[in-house]
Parts: sequence; structure tokens; C-alpha cells
Amino acid sequence: MAAEKSTDGGFNIDPMYQFKIKEWIPIDLGFIDLSFTNSAFFAFLAVGLVCLFLWTAMSGSSLVPTRMQSMAEGIYEFVRNMVRDSCGEAGLKYFPYIFTLFLFILGCNLLGMVPYSFTVTSHFAITVFLALSVFVSVTVIGFMRHGVGFLGLFWPMDAPAAMRPVLAIIEVISYFVRPVSHSIRLGANMMAGHAVLKVFGGFVAALGVFGVIPIAAIVGVTALEFLVAVIQAYVFAILTCVYLHDALHMH
Amino acid sequence: MASSETVGEYAADTAKSGGGMPQLDFDTWASQIFWAAIALFLLYQILSKKIMPRIAGALEDRHHAIADDLDSAATLKAKAEDAQKTYQQALADAKARANEIADKTRADIQAQIDEANAKAEAEIAARIAEGEQRIGAIRAEASRNAKQIAGETAQAIVEKLAPGSSDAGTLSAAVDRALAARGISG
Repeated sequence: MAAEKSTDGGFNIDPMYQFKIKEWIPIDLGFIDLSFTNSAFFAFLAVGLVCLFLWTAMSGSSLVPTRMQSMAEGIYEFVRNMVRDSCGEAGLKYFPYIFTLFLFILGCNLLGMVPYSFTVTSHFAITVFLALSVFVSVTVIGFMRHGVGFLGLFWPMDAPAAMRPVLAIIEVISYFVRPVSHSIRLGANMMAGHAVLKVFGGFVAALGVFGVIPIAAIVGVTALEFLVAVIQAYVFAILTCVYLHDALHMH
Repeated sequence: MASSETVGEYAADTAKSGGGMPQLDFDTWASQIFWAAIALFLLYQILSKKIMPRIAGALEDRHHAIADDLDSAATLKAKAEDAQKTYQQALADAKARANEIADKTRADIQAQIDEANAKAEAEIAARIAEGEQRIGAIRAEASRNAKQIAGETAQAIVEKLAPGSSDAGTLSAAVDRALAARGISG
């Protein structure tokens, strides 16, 4: 459909165009390209908006909270309880990192819902970076806490002795698959929803009067996307907590 | 994508990437990760240095305020309970005193009644005794009169039947005998 329509007018909707990285300020160091792009801008914008929201919410901090303040406190306590419930009191040491991670992803996801904006977390570069950071940090924490004994995580003691080597291989594979699923889940969710919106947008132009049907679908998908934006940030954070729990308590 | 310029740019971009996934254009990964790392670091610094202490402080303050309020509420409750206990004690005391006073009053009144009864009975007994004495006197008087009348009558009858033969001593003895036989003593 896209190829056929591209000749007559602007109906050609490439659903992936919205994810295009655009160089705004080229910074090419020769061996590496660190250009300031739309992705970088929206990452900073998300950080700025998150900080602005929390800062204004807490600026008139009072005993009886305002609506904004109770929202900010609610997010804080929500993440804090999540960390404490899944990692125990020992996990609270890492609460600031998980809070940062959660707010960054949530900010980028929600900012991506603004039309004409860019969804930073729809790129696997970002999600792989985040997931690998979590993976490496959690593994380092595990070895720091338990030394070589952390390898016991892969040796299921409660399984029959004969089964242990087989299970150990599975455990190792599943451990190394974690960052893959962790990153793809977030990136693919953010990408797919936005791509679907664009595809439906193309249908609106193509269907003429009957375009109201895809418009209705877009309204529904948009609502769903807001849900997904929040849920995926939560899922990423809670999976981080689960991995951290393994590192801290080894099952 | 309304203006012709953006449409042109869009067409050029799609042509360049071949309509593939920009996510898999690994040339952009370094810059994306570089800037995202800086943004994350910035966010972490602002959150951990500025915002999180404020939120934690606000939550702590509220927690303390609520704990203090609960404490003072507990103190007030204890005070109220004390006051109620004191009140109940006072009420019990007052009731006991009231009972005591009532008992004493009742006893006093009973004593007065008894005294009045005793006095009345004594008076009644005195009156009865006095009355009986007077009845006795009247009866003695009457029997004396009866004897005299009987004696005089007997003398008159004897005088009439046998004049001059009357002997006062014999007559009187006979009358006494006759009266005694009828239960009237002289």
C-alpha cells in the first residue's frame, strides 16, 4: 500500500519514520560519532520534566500534602515499597538507582506520547544500555556480597544430584538471557504501540470518510499506550528488583 | 509533516534508511548511549542530592507528626480514663454516703418512732391502770352500797316480820353469808 500511494500525494506513511535519529549538532570524534540528536534532546527533556515536576511538587512541602505533592510522594513510596518488598531492607541501599531508572523510563515513555515528540525508550540502544547496566551492576553486587559463592546461584541444591548439571546449564543460559528479554520487552513495547498508531494514521488518510473507524481505533490504542508507558516502566523497575534480589539473597 | 519541506526531508530520510528500522542503525548507538548515560547521571544526581531528601524529609516529618499526635491522643485518653475513674470513684463514694445517711436517718426515725411508741404505750398502760383503779374503787363502793342496802333491807324485812327481834350482829353475818354465796364480797 505504501509503495503504491507514494506516487500520488503524501499518503506514504512509514510507521518507522518517527523513530528516525536526527543529528541536531554533529559531534564526530573520528573514531566515534557522539552527535547531539533528537534522542539526546528528548532524554534531557524527560529528565528536566521529571525533575521540574518533582521539584515544584515538593517546593511547598507541607504536612498536609497538596495534590502534586501527594503524587510525588506516592511515586516515591510506590517505588520504595516495591524495592523493599522484593529485595528486603538490604535492597533499600539501591533504591535511589532504581528510582532514577524508573523515573527516566517513565519520563521518556510518557514524553513519547506527546505528538511529534520522540520516544527515547523505543530504541534498543537505550534499552540494551539500561538492561546491560542493570545486568552488570547486579552481577558485580552478587560477587561482592557472596564472592565465588555467588556461582551457587546456578547450582540448584534442592534438585536431584543427577539433574543438577543440566539445570545449571539452563540456569546459566536463563541468567544471560535476562538482559536480552529485559531490554527487548521495553523497547519492543514502546516501538510497537507507536508504530501501530502510525499505521492506523495511514489508514485514516486512505479510507476517506470511513477513516472514522481507524480514528476510533487510534483513540483506543492511545489510551492503551498510556497504560503501556506506565506499566513498562514499572515492569522494568520490578524486574531490576527481582534480579537485585537474586544478587542479594541468592533465591 | 504538513509543510512541503518536512515532506521532502521525510522522503529523503526514508529513502536513505530504506524504510528499515532506525533501531537497528548501529551507527547511532554510540551517541544515543552516550547522551542517555549523561542524562541518567544528571537525573541521578538531582534526585539523590536534591529531590529524594526532600521527599524523604516530608514523609519523615509527617510520620513523626502522626506519631506525636497518636502519643498525645493516647495521653489524653489515659487522662480521660483517669478522670472517668475519679468520677466513678466519687460517684460510688457519694452513693455510699447517701446510703449511710439514709440508713442513719431511717434508724433515727425508727428510734423516734420506738420512743414515741414506748411513751404512748406507757401512757396507755398508766391510763388503763388508772381506769382499772377507778373501776375497782367504783366496784368496792358499789359492793359496799349493796351490802348496806341489803343489810338495811334485811333489817326492814325482819322488823316487819318479827318486830323487836332483830339482832344487828346476827343479821349482818347472815347478809354477809348470803352475799358471799352470790359472789359479792363486802
